[in-house]
Amino acid sequence: MQNGQAAPEWPYPVRYGKETRVSADVLVLGGGIAGCHAAISAARAGASVIMVEKGHSRRSGQGGAGVDHWQAACTNPCSTVSPEEYTRAVADSMAGYDCGPLRYAQCRESWDAVLDCERLGVQIRDVHGEFEGAEFRDRETQLMFAYDYESRHGLRIHGHDMKPRLHKETVRLGVKTFDRVMATSLLTGHGREGGRVVGATGVNVRTGEFYAFRAKATVLALAHPRREWVFSTELNGGAATFADLNIVGDGHAMAWNAGAEYAAMEGSYDTAGGFAYIQYGVGYPDNTWYGCSMVDADGKPVPWFDGAGRELTSVRDRFRPAPGHKFMLIAGGLVGGVVPPEAAANHLDDSLAERIRGGEFRLPLYADLPSLPEHERRAIFGLMVGNEGKSRVPVYETYTRAGFDPDRDMLQAPLMPPDSYRSPHYPAGTSVPQWRESFGGGLVVDWDLRSNLEGLYGAGRSVYGGGDHSGAATSGRYAGRKAAQHARDVAEAAVDSDQLEAEKARVYAPLQKKPQAIGWKELNAGICRVMQDYCGQYRSDGALRLGLELLAQLRESEAARGYAANPHELGRILECQTILTVGEMVMHASLARRASSAHLDFARLDFPAVDPPAWRKLLPLHREGGEVTTRELPLDYHLRAPYASTYEDNYRAHCGLDDQGTAT
Amino acid sequence: MTDDTVYMVPNQPAPTAPLQFDAALCNGCNVCVQICRTDVLMPNPQKRQPPIVLYPDECWYCGCCVEDCARPGAITMVHPLAQSVVVAWKRKDTGERFRLGMKDPPPPNTRPPAR
Repeated sequence: MQNGQAAPEWPYPVRYGKETRVSADVLVLGGGIAGCHAAISAARAGASVIMVEKGHSRRSGQGGAGVDHWQAACTNPCSTVSPEEYTRAVADSMAGYDCGPLRYAQCRESWDAVLDCERLGVQIRDVHGEFEGAEFRDRETQLMFAYDYESRHGLRIHGHDMKPRLHKETVRLGVKTFDRVMATSLLTGHGREGGRVVGATGVNVRTGEFYAFRAKATVLALAHPRREWVFSTELNGGAATFADLNIVGDGHAMAWNAGAEYAAMEGSYDTAGGFAYIQYGVGYPDNTWYGCSMVDADGKPVPWFDGAGRELTSVRDRFRPAPGHKFMLIAGGLVGGVVPPEAAANHLDDSLAERIRGGEFRLPLYADLPSLPEHERRAIFGLMVGNEGKSRVPVYETYTRAGFDPDRDMLQAPLMPPDSYRSPHYPAGTSVPQWRESFGGGLVVDWDLRSNLEGLYGAGRSVYGGGDHSGAATSGRYAGRKAAQHARDVAEAAVDSDQLEAEKARVYAPLQKKPQAIGWKELNAGICRVMQDYCGQYRSDGALRLGLELLAQLRESEAARGYAANPHELGRILECQTILTVGEMVMHASLARRASSAHLDFARLDFPAVDPPAWRKLLPLHREGGEVTTRELPLDYHLRAPYASTYEDNYRAHCGLDDQGTAT
Repeated sequence: MTDDTVYMVPNQPAPTAPLQFDAALCNGCNVCVQICRTDVLMPNPQKRQPPIVLYPDECWYCGCCVEDCARPGAITMVHPLAQSVVVAWKRKDTGERFRLGMKDPPPPNTRPPAR
């Protein structure tokens, strides 16, 4: 085509309209970390399982490119932190806007889950003795700990091949996986909103084939919205967003349309979007690079402080909690929020920005790897950067091939406005305040990780609250088990043919080219502009109502003219329908919260009071008969009636495991 | 062979060129096509030829295609210039400055990631 030739023909057979019907006990939507663990766990519990994945499950999802730190392994033999302590600290760090059942299940089962991964061939220990003698390595177990070497609740693992190994296990267990199939809607009993979830529909983004999946129980593992406020492939291709382009919140939209209840959708925070730097690829002292020494342009070290505000004098002290503190939370599935003082992490000087402005520190700053003790240097640039998602090839291999040598070289930190260095995640770049990212709104679930809809379970970031790799793995494991157990007790489900036909018509509508046809990119960018302007950094009743009208108009006009030239574009344009629906969810949730909130980074111009006590609660919303209904739910609903008052009692009553840890 | 004809060609879909294939090393096995999360790559209609980078604008730069490729060097991942241009380092003892993509780079560091 570049030379004036005709475009080559689509390489895959195109079968628009061809329908395939499949059924199983358990349907897992999404084949990322949460989805693969859910499928494996359901299959091991004896269920027949279908897994549906838009990409290819060998490498798809946010954890598909690897994992270097495995959090909340509270029950590993060296941990000094209890599951309850960790759960409470994370909840406090998110001011309560975290899902208690999911987090506690993570803390209880994270260690078991990583042992599962070890049985599948993932290296979770220093078996070759490369780190022998390191302070973070336990001699007996060969486990290596991350960040906090005293409380030892997080592991450093060699997880670059995690996803291929999980994928292999799904194959071995006979999970019927439909790769390149985008789930488009949930099917409900008698096609009724709020009814039992009996399956889902999907479309193949290579061939255009349509699928109707029928199951007794369904696990939603489709992550959370990522293309809602910012979209531009002109800036940095698909690397402009933290997650890949597939991750738009399809699960949110389809479950909302089916009548599922969502909370915390109003929360968001500013994100650099297209201004982000290479992930884990610039000098910084946090997350994967935690503990790295930073120096200024003249080699002057930037001081570190502990969680109690005391200046630290040695590198060693960076890896242990402040005196009197029990443990540190670092990169622990946290979103926004403030770590409670008793679990506060060590960090660079809080007054760094002022001291840069005052001329005390000269830019650029550098990550001074050569000055670190050998084991720490190799742990950061070798173990962590060698295994973290999106860092083995993009950073380790690319940089070393270009001659970077951590033994001799200091990696520069980006040159940013001084205040930006105060963010522990500054490689995400400095931001435009109206470019937002979802805080972690998602499904409201009970202690079975079940939603308000019968037969619908949530895993990973489908559920509200924070999340990380081990949270996705453990909640997938838990939800898959519960779904399999539920499937044993219920009758076959019937699919409503009218609902199926209506969805088929919706899915294929973009293939008809209408006058003034519009492509997916322009549509996505247009919706984002509505979100930035009408539902951005500042919100108000008036603007939100206008925004909802505007989204409804977009749906009737521009989105109705959306055109797809092939099955790939069909998937992308259907994602724009998802993005529209999620936008409506966010606006409705924003209207419901008539108070501002620092925790949710939520500013109402018409309700400026910040976090008044009466508004510290969840406001779950769902759709019913075309109307949006809101209720109130205490942040700790999971520890109130009808549930027991302790995490432990609820977990024991619901986890579906016997005392030996075997699925019941 | 030079083609002097000047064509009207559309702009590239994005300013980035994330993947380069070495036609001498690639055997057209299409593993990368199979596993790419966002379907950036399409199989080449000609057998044993490198895939077509149809959607460079959708590349997430995860590097899985490189990691899963059985022929090292057949695929090279190239970061967007707007990101790679600020990746720089300073040799601590000499003060020399280097950057990703520089002319005459230093010799590669061949140490593999931790085992």
